[in-house]
Formats: sequence, C-alpha cells, structure tokens
Amino acid sequence: MSIGATNPRPYLEVKDLTVRFETDDGIVQAVSDSAFSVEAGKTLGIVGESGSGKSVTSLAVLGLHRTRSNAKVSGEIWLDNQELVTASDEQVRLLRGGKMAMIFQDPLSAMHPYFTVGSQIVEAYRVHHPGVNKKVARERAIDMLARVGIPQPERRFNDYAHQFSGGMRQRAMIAMALVNDPKLLIADEPTTALDVTVQAQILDLIRDLQDEFGSAVIMITHDLGVVAELADDVLVMYGGKVIEKGPALEVFQNPQHPYTWGLLGSMPRLDRDVRERLNPVKGSPPSLINLPSGCAFHPRCPYAGRNGNRSFNEVPVLHGDVHKVACHLPQEARTEIFQQEVLPNL
Amino acid sequence: MLAYLIRRLFNAVLTLLVVTAVTFGIFFLVPKATGSDPALLYIGKTSDAASVEGIRVKMGLNDPIVVQYGKFLKGLVVGRDYANGPDVNHCPAPCLGYSFKTDQEVTPLLLGDLPVTLSLALGAAVLWLIMGISTGVISALRRGTVLDRAVMGGALAGVSLPIYFTGLLASAIFVYWLGWLPQGQYVPFTENPGEWFIQLLLPWITLAFLFAATYARLTRANMLETLGEDYVRTARAKGLRERTVIGKHALRSGLTPIVTIFGLDLGALLGGAVLTETVFNLRGLGYQALTAIRGNDLPIILGVTLIAAFFIVFANLVVDLVYGFIDPRVRLA
Repeated sequence: MSIGATNPRPYLEVKDLTVRFETDDGIVQAVSDSAFSVEAGKTLGIVGESGSGKSVTSLAVLGLHRTRSNAKVSGEIWLDNQELVTASDEQVRLLRGGKMAMIFQDPLSAMHPYFTVGSQIVEAYRVHHPGVNKKVARERAIDMLARVGIPQPERRFNDYAHQFSGGMRQRAMIAMALVNDPKLLIADEPTTALDVTVQAQILDLIRDLQDEFGSAVIMITHDLGVVAELADDVLVMYGGKVIEKGPALEVFQNPQHPYTWGLLGSMPRLDRDVRERLNPVKGSPPSLINLPSGCAFHPRCPYAGRNGNRSFNEVPVLHGDVHKVACHLPQEARTEIFQQEVLPNL
Repeated sequence: MLAYLIRRLFNAVLTLLVVTAVTFGIFFLVPKATGSDPALLYIGKTSDAASVEGIRVKMGLNDPIVVQYGKFLKGLVVGRDYANGPDVNHCPAPCLGYSFKTDQEVTPLLLGDLPVTLSLALGAAVLWLIMGISTGVISALRRGTVLDRAVMGGALAGVSLPIYFTGLLASAIFVYWLGWLPQGQYVPFTENPGEWFIQLLLPWITLAFLFAATYARLTRANMLETLGEDYVRTARAKGLRERTVIGKHALRSGLTPIVTIFGLDLGALLGGAVLTETVFNLRGLGYQALTAIRGNDLPIILGVTLIAAFFIVFANLVVDLVYGFIDPRVRLA
C-alpha cells in the first residue's frame, strides 16, 4: 500500500484474474485474464450463460478455491487496498464473511439442514466478533432477521431452513451475509430459485440494504432484467473471458458484442406478440478444456466470416474507453449490423 | 411425539410377536419333519412309555399347536407351571422352557451368557467407531493420495476377510508368536476389569477390524458427498475455520447415515457374534446358539433367536428415535 496515493483504488479491483482447474480430462480454463472493479455503493452485474465463468470469478474473489487442491488462481484481487491472491489462507478467511460476503443461489441447499437458521447467523457473527457472548450475538441475529423483513424474528430464530418459505429463506441468507456489515456483497443468482413475485421483493431488499450500508455489490445473473434494474455497470462473460463491459445503460442501449445481442434477443418481452419466437443464441457454450481458436464465440457468431480469418485465428482484445468490447468487427461494421439487422428484431 | 412413540412401540411388540410365532412354528415343525419326538429328546430314548407320556402331559406336548403357543406366550409374559399331577416345576417369566440336553432353565442360562456377548459387542463397537470414522474422514480429506489408497485398500481387505481367517491370524501373531496377549479366557468385568479388558482385546480388535472397514468406506463416501454440499461452501464463505467447517458442518451430516447402520449392526451383534465367539472360545450367546444347533437343542435355539430378534427390533426403534433428534427434518415429518 503506497502512502498518499493520488488515485485511490476502487473498493474491489480485479486484474488479470485467471482460474484453472486441473482435471483428469485436461485443464479447465474457467476464467482467463478477467478484469473489473466495483466502487463502494455501486453495483456490478455479471452476466453470461452457464459455464461462462461468472460464478467461478466470484468464488475466486472470496478465495473459496483455496480448499480445492486442483485449482490454480493467478492475477490480482484488491479488496480495500489489500491484495488477496498472494495473501495467506488465514488472512483471506478473516475477510470472508467479514468485509466480503456472499449470497448463494439456492438458499435451501446453502443453509445447513441440521442447524437452526438463527444459530447459523450467530455463528457467522461470532467468528468475526470473537469477544461477543452468545446473548449479544443472538440479539444481533434477531435484529438482522427483522431488518431483512422476517416477521416474528425471535420465533423464527429457532426454526430450521426447511421450515422457511423460499423467499424467507433467501431473506435469512441475506441476513446471514450482512450480519458483519460487509462492504462487498456478492449475490450469485440470488433470485433464480424463487417465485417471480418474491424475486422483486428480494431485489428491492438488496437495493435497500445497499443504500443503507453503502456496500459494493456484485450481482451475478443470467437474467438481463435484473441487471437492467440494479446494476450501474455490466460485465458480459463468455467462455471464461470478459467480452463486453461498460456502464449498464450504455451496454443496454448500444450493445457492441454479437453475443450480447444474442442475450438481448433471447429475453422474453411483454410488449411482443406471444406467438413470435425468441431468438436464442444458437449452438452451445464452448468447452472450457478445449476453447475454440481465435475468438471463442466464433463458432456461434453469425458475423464471424465478415472479417476475413481473424475471428478464427486471433484472440480479440478488450478495447474501448469506458464501454469496452472484445470483437474483431470494426466499430462501424458493428454499429451498422446492430442498427440494421439486430435492433429491428429485438 | 408421544403418539409416535406409542405407535412405534406397538409396532415393535407386534414384530416380536410375529417372530415368536414363526420360530415357535419351526420349533413345532422340526421334530415332526425329522421324525423325532420332543418328549424323547427331553428324557432320553431308553425311557419307558409311561414316563414319556408323563413328560408329554407335563410339557403340554399333547395340546394343539395354538394352545401350546398360547402357553408359551403366557410363560414369556407371566411365567408358567409345568405340571403332571403333583409333579410341578415353576418356570418364572420370561420363561423359555428347559434345555433338552441339560434340563436347565433356558432363560437363566442365556442371561448368564449375555454379559460375554455384551462385553464383546460393545467393546468392539467403540473400537470400530473410532477406527472407522477417523480413517474414513482422513481418507476423504486426503482423497486420491497414497494415504487414501492405503486406507481404502486396508478397508477392502477388512471387508473381504472372514473373521475365522483374521481371528486366527491375529491369534497366531499376537498370542503365539509375539506373546503380547493371553490366549482368550473370559473374565467377568465385575471380577477383574483389567483382566476382562486384556482378555477381550484380541476379539475386539478382530471384530472391530471387520466393521471398521465398512464404516471407513461409508464415512469416506458420506464425507466426500457432504464436502461438496452447498452448505459447506456457505460455512467457508462465512469465514469459519477449516476445522469448524469439517468438524462441525460436514461431519454433522456425514455421520448421520452412520447412526442407522451402527444401530442395526450393534443390535445384530448383541444376538450373538457366532464366528468371533467360536474362534476366540468365548461362551456367549453365539457360542451357545452354535452348540444348541449342533445338539438339536430346540428350546435354546428358540431362546437365542428371540433374544436376537429383540435386540434388532429394539435397535431399530432406538435408531428411529435418535434419528428424530439428529435430523430436524425427520422430527416434523
């Protein structure tokens, strides 16, 4: 940490993050050279399909790959001016659940079935507040349950996860994640397992709590609606790489990458005739053991041939000022294709 | 909870009743099938017709099978009198009748053997739980390493090798070759706890090796499954120490299935560990059963079967109740 740095780092800054898993079938290149940052009080949305590396990225930030002996993480992760990739296991453990916390996708399986919800929150609090006695921790947990909108928190404290409804369970999960006032909250598909009506409540809750605590939030999702609603910035991942990133409004109004166009086209919309078909991205996600040569998206890209052989041979570099994209098509060609071929069908 | 308990107890009693009916049926049918006469088995083939008839009357062997079964059940619950005129023998509850061979009352005979079997089974159980679970957990945490492979190889041997092989091998090594342990002679705990322990050590280890092997494999599989669970990841994400993650969150779920298996194994063993008792010359229920089978001593066979059935049914009941405590999802269902 340099003293008197003129340009302070964002609360979280990730540089050249690469995560590999050595398996019997070969090396899985789960995340390659990804870079992003989140300021305090801001929300970053990470989107992409299954296997695009979004969850692996967030687990890497929390240092949760450290217990997997076959995982190799490299690059830099700066949290509040502390570098985490080179930090010791113990240093990262103390930050985990303290300065940075995570909400998981399916709260039923993410909570221990044999311990009461209350005791799991108390445990999370006490591990980061070793001096605190059980009674105080219990009050704190009940406080948090009330804060996330669980009725009769004192009674629900002693219930087990299976006794909660889906929405209440996710609220309890959020209470557990926020019990230590984390300044970075990572939400990994927090609403995927929930009813649509409950989804909106949970998103509202996360936003309210963010306003209250001023935390930085990373929202991982494949639901572009969620991102549009909550995120300040968007990161689009494909095949373990960041292929587009920028301010949310900018990315939505003026998407640059053909894959992002595909994502937008596969979103159902209420203002369209229900008989019209969606336009999903054709093909399937690439194998992370054997990534396609050149641009990993080229086998599924309808425009890959329009640019000679570059897409097949050369890995595109993320370029641009605020709104960045990794695509070989020239800026003008992209704008033209988007305006004339893509936008009318969205 | 109380209603559940009563229902379970009722079921247990019903199961035992069925077991008594079946075993009693066999008890009745075997002499018929082999053409032997229970009365002759009691008093010997050389006896005159009058005394044979006397025994028949006294033992109630002339009654229809249902009446005989009813009397047998009555004997189990309140005791019964065997009477032929003035010649009366009172057999107190739970009455299992008299041995064909020695004329001894079966109940006290078997109760006398019970401490041996209890000592063997409980001691071995403690050993195999410690050995099995600890090696299983270590193996799961060191998955794929040389240690894991060595432990699982040992476990495979443990599962595959029969008691009469490992038992005799262990005796050969520790008793005859190294001379570390005495050649088994059961000493009651109440008489000399130290001697009791030393004498039982080898049977314990042999029996525990067999079971520990199964438990190690089971624990390893359970732990590997549990370690991949989302809630273990959550525990880590909370910043818990790895010791807490493994020792509390993972082990808690990983060991739950072990409880079921353990209850049933222990229940079954309490009915007599026939091979182990025979190999180590321990006069327990299993040894008694083997002797009785060899000598066609039906009342003793019936008695041992009932005791074994009782322990298994009882163990099942306990397991189910304990399960309700350790798994809150079962408690409410």
